[in-house]
Amino acid sequence: MGAPLAILNTENKKGLALISAPLGYVIAMLAVPLAAILLISFWTQDFQTFDTTPTLNNYREAVTDPLYRELLFRSIRIAGLVTLVTVLLAFPIAYFISFHVAPSRKSLWLFLITIPFWTSYLIRVFLWKVILGFNGVLNSGLQTVGIIDEPLTFILYNANAVVITLAHAFAPFAILPIFVALEKIDRSLLEASQDLGESKLSTFFRVTLPLAMPGVVAAVLIVFIPTIGDYVTPRLVGGPDGLMIANMIQVQFLRLNNAPMGATLAVIAMLSVSLIALLFVALNRRYLRGSR
Amino acid sequence: MTALIDLKNVNKYYGDYHALRGINLEIAQGEFFSLLGPSGCGKTTLLRTIAGFEAPSDGTLHIAGADMNGVPANARPTNMVFQSYAIFPHLSVAENVGFGLRKAQMSKQEKMKSVEEALDMVGLKGFRGRAAHALSGGQRQRVALARALILKPKVLLLDEPLSALDKKLREQMQSELRRLQRQVGITFILVTHDQEEALIMSDRVAVMFEGEIAQLADPQTLYKRPVTRKVGDFIGVMNFLPATVKDAAAIDLDVAGLGAVTIAEDQAPSGITPGAAEVGIRPEMMSILFEGEPDRGQITQATIKDRAYYGDMTYYDVDIEDAPKPITISMKNMIGRPVLEVGDTARVSWDARSLVLFSA
Repeated sequence: MGAPLAILNTENKKGLALISAPLGYVIAMLAVPLAAILLISFWTQDFQTFDTTPTLNNYREAVTDPLYRELLFRSIRIAGLVTLVTVLLAFPIAYFISFHVAPSRKSLWLFLITIPFWTSYLIRVFLWKVILGFNGVLNSGLQTVGIIDEPLTFILYNANAVVITLAHAFAPFAILPIFVALEKIDRSLLEASQDLGESKLSTFFRVTLPLAMPGVVAAVLIVFIPTIGDYVTPRLVGGPDGLMIANMIQVQFLRLNNAPMGATLAVIAMLSVSLIALLFVALNRRYLRGSR
Repeated sequence: MTALIDLKNVNKYYGDYHALRGINLEIAQGEFFSLLGPSGCGKTTLLRTIAGFEAPSDGTLHIAGADMNGVPANARPTNMVFQSYAIFPHLSVAENVGFGLRKAQMSKQEKMKSVEEALDMVGLKGFRGRAAHALSGGQRQRVALARALILKPKVLLLDEPLSALDKKLREQMQSELRRLQRQVGITFILVTHDQEEALIMSDRVAVMFEGEIAQLADPQTLYKRPVTRKVGDFIGVMNFLPATVKDAAAIDLDVAGLGAVTIAEDQAPSGITPGAAEVGIRPEMMSILFEGEPDRGQITQATIKDRAYYGDMTYYDVDIEDAPKPITISMKNMIGRPVLEVGDTARVSWDARSLVLFSA
């Protein structure tokens, strides 16, 4: 049986040759830094050098110090809120495009939704600063019309500003997977539900929503995972109360010159995200059960 | 007795497109009724109008005496088996079948029992826990049937339910559907483009072309006495020969290839006038006489131009003098009956009672 094995080998070789470049890239840019972070998190900063004796002291400190705990919980809370707001706002938009836009117009609508991406993320965050600021567009507008006398202060330099900015930035990422899930729903299922006695509203809850759940869960993951580690938005619009774990990681690495502590916080943040993501994946399993 | 379903002058427009043109139709309680026609003839639109998914542009629809104008699909005494079956993929077989029972005044046990009975009725005993995506095409169809019948509708609407099945399974489901209909006594309205299916299953068939009912009749009348050439051509195979009406009162004809023929009143449309017309005849209504067989009926000489052997049948295309194109004749392959070769000559036997006259 030498011949088939030889073919298998050449095919394996071909496959390896094909993926070698991206694989090398991934190893160099993802696996190595990740391993380094993990390794450093068990070290101790000794002024300018590392004390490389393995220790769990950093983890102990990270778990017990209320500052780190508060930052991590706040990050999860803000990311959760961002996810909730984004998905709740994205669903009606995805639903509208899928069910009420003529098929020939759908790609145009999706294209329009990507327009915010034509400017850089940083500029969009700054724009929100201009809109939400003390003398910003929103406040001066509302003051001119006479709806408010004093500028609103709860909309900038706090967690609310972070939620508003991130929810806007991630909206398309939530709209697209929900849209795809809605598009996949056989429209005759909705008619069948009505034929069997359900109203349009109960059809939505008994058929449309359960079948859209894989898209909703995907949207949740896509929004939640990057926002929990977001660094720029809390830094620019968050103020002191809107700072998140990523900002602390940056402070540890650069300002406090404590790379091991920064690495530890990074690992803990990563583990938290993985845990929550796994929870959602498990949830998705339930809904994926029926689909082909 | 009043009709269970009564459509009066129903029209449906989609913009400029006239999908249903003045449909008048009465369907009786317990009838197996088919809407037959090529795609785009309006048969599905008509079915969806009865179901409540389309509103007629004008005209009235009554079901069991109640005006259905403005009544949504979920409040109509109709249930539908969709062409795609529309089985809910996120639910189990039992959840699919019991979907419509949510608001029923029944205990959980009663509902479960009802689901069991419905599954039993369609031959899916023991499938209740099965996931919807683990079903074959035939099983999906049975689930769709059980799901609709469990609600005991006055009318069951079937939108091309057998078109996705392979031939063997389709034939099996045809007789099973017929049996089921007799068993439950519910009015079935079947939409199909398959004329054979309509003939096999229905008590009455409405043939539709371009939004209109071309003929409404029982299967035998439909097959033997189509009212227009188009209907005759759509149902089965039919040969058409040019003819001249010599005498409209006595119905004396001169048919190309067959000569002078006199037919009865029921073979001709009403209001025929002398002049050009057309005559139709089914392939099995003519036969080739083999060597040694005595003449019977009318005899015409023919030459075999082409033949197609089907196993149980052989279809011959024969040239007849004065006929503008070959005529198809089907012959059962029986013991002692040879299959003729192309170029052979033969006597063709036919009967004037088998002809149908169409106005030109």
